[in-house]
Amino acid sequence: MPEARIIPINAGDTPPKNSKNARRPRKPVPPDVEPPETLRDMGSFVAGKNGETAGPPEPEPDPPAAEVPVDDDPWEQRIAGALGFLRRRLTGEYEVDEFGFDAELTETVIAAPLRPLYEKWFRVEVSGMEHVPDKGAALIVANHSGTIALDGAITALSLLDHQPARRHLRMLGADMVFSTPFLGELARKSGNTLACQADAERLLSNGELVGVYPEGFKGVGKPYSERYKLQRFGRGGFVASALRTKAPIIPCSIVGAEEIYPMLGNAKLLARLLGMPYFPLTPTFPWLGPLGMIPLPSKWYIEFGEPIDTAPLADRADDPMLVFNVADQVRETIQQTLYRLLMKRKSVFL
Amino acid sequence: MPPNVVLVTGVSRHLGGRVAARLAADPRIERVIGVDTTPPAGDIAELIGRTEFVRADIRNPLIAKVIATAGVDTVVHMSVAAMPIVAGGRSSMKEFNVIGTMQLLAACQKAPSVRKVVVRSTTTVYGSSPRDPALFTEDMEAKGAAHGGFAKDAVEVEGYVRGFSRRRPDVVVTMLRFANFLSGRIDTPLTKYFQLPAVPTILGFDPRLQFLHVQDGLDVLQQASLEDHHGTFNVAGPGVMLLSQAIRRAGRIGIPVPPIAASTLGSVLRSAGAADFSPEQLNFLSYGRVVDTSKIERTFGWQPHYSTVEAFDDFVRGRNLTSVLSPDNVKAAERAVLTRVAGRRSVDA
Repeated sequence: MPEARIIPINAGDTPPKNSKNARRPRKPVPPDVEPPETLRDMGSFVAGKNGETAGPPEPEPDPPAAEVPVDDDPWEQRIAGALGFLRRRLTGEYEVDEFGFDAELTETVIAAPLRPLYEKWFRVEVSGMEHVPDKGAALIVANHSGTIALDGAITALSLLDHQPARRHLRMLGADMVFSTPFLGELARKSGNTLACQADAERLLSNGELVGVYPEGFKGVGKPYSERYKLQRFGRGGFVASALRTKAPIIPCSIVGAEEIYPMLGNAKLLARLLGMPYFPLTPTFPWLGPLGMIPLPSKWYIEFGEPIDTAPLADRADDPMLVFNVADQVRETIQQTLYRLLMKRKSVFL
Repeated sequence: MPPNVVLVTGVSRHLGGRVAARLAADPRIERVIGVDTTPPAGDIAELIGRTEFVRADIRNPLIAKVIATAGVDTVVHMSVAAMPIVAGGRSSMKEFNVIGTMQLLAACQKAPSVRKVVVRSTTTVYGSSPRDPALFTEDMEAKGAAHGGFAKDAVEVEGYVRGFSRRRPDVVVTMLRFANFLSGRIDTPLTKYFQLPAVPTILGFDPRLQFLHVQDGLDVLQQASLEDHHGTFNVAGPGVMLLSQAIRRAGRIGIPVPPIAASTLGSVLRSAGAADFSPEQLNFLSYGRVVDTSKIERTFGWQPHYSTVEAFDDFVRGRNLTSVLSPDNVKAAERAVLTRVAGRRSVDA
């Protein structure tokens, strides 16, 4: 069968051989589910729980394409699914949450180009996924590296594709992300928001899985010689937010991202002229032009560590000493895990 | 406790007139007095019913006399204008908004009969920037100071209202920050924007928007006039929608404009009177604005009839906005393709 590159849909009939092409539905579907009969069903089936909510004036009661039966042929289902997706996009009949998160777009269009990168290019190996809860809030704290912060997108994809409940990681980013054209739009649509106390606590109170990178630009933009050395963890605001919302903290260690764009130098003057936090000079960038943007194919390991229970400390969120201690504990855990993963690693690229 | 004598400012404008009409329809209220600089036009005059119209300028101390002689106990301040075109230029709009509010509040402060003031404000006081949290709660402030226009007026008006509240702690002050109103009838900068044949957007940005249906807004204003709820409240339809989504739901075509060109295009469009593209509006179209409405839901028990998306759909229906890419046409095209696919398959079989 030829490879299908259109929007993958899955009516729950054939088990996917290749998780890249055929994907599991968001919610586990009982095996005896009938394939949907009409396109209307199809649409809401694919949209899952982010379909339309009930509202008083529903303007279009006519069942679209009700007379066209969509049967078991996977190709027809794919075409119907893709057309349904296209229709919802063209007519604006989809939903985003209050942060601007578009789940359907994230799972299909945004994740699609990342999947080959994840599976073929970086060959990511994930461990400790059992530490990520299937539902409810948790705060994932990870190291940040790689000159261009691909580690965030890859970690989010690992949770979307390989966590049993297919969880979305809602990451917190710097304001520069949201003021940059296209990047800001993409970041919001894929569920990320500004790193601030209000947003962190709102997401955690809503029971979301939140991701933070406390090193920030210091981590992403550090020279290659300092790889895998964790930078300072900011003010530890993430700990206070986790304590206040009683969300467990899950340390996450990412190995491999440091080598994708080894930053040998930093053109500080150019960076200041362009208003960027740093201007990277890597072995390939900017010397090879756009080709220099291709990341090196390092082998990645992501490990989710044992959760730190914050519920017993919930009433001490205003105690700066405790907050710093917990932040240090998280930092130390990540650093030790990084060393352990590095010892295990045979080579950067294999 | 329902009020006895209500004074509504800005009664000749659409929203003010409809608030007066609702209050006039309530038999528990003895008198409704409407104030504006121009008498209400035909349909609003009909609408406001038994409301007594007083032609007065709230910038003039005369307003104090109106309040004192009528024994007004509730003031509903509706005449903070968002539209420079209506109020006759930016400088007169500012004078009307800010000086008018000052005079009105000064008059209220002197009048012992006043025991409640309801002020229409706006969520633009929060501004729009990439450094703001995703949702604003009532205790947050704009990251950057408002540089001018309606947002600055609203911030200043709110400042005077807070000052008044400090000096007259016995008065219940309800400040309502409304999201963008949408209805089939009222013209606002935003409704004009969505009616442009091709809607310019900022390239690389897709802001989150929130709308409020006029019906729901009037419900809140009415409830605030009848009941005592001291404080500041955000009012917006539940849910958000993206600008791109709104443009598609309206069947319009979005034209992304690079941010550098946007301000030039904005001033051209603004001088043509097509729509408001002030710098604050451009920020709004880049970063959007969403407010948290849990406070008003809690204290008012407010349950809006229209979500943001429903309010927008109602606006689209009210204006009969359609284009080639209307939902019906898209669905028809989808049906045609599917029928063809199914047809070819049966031929193959």
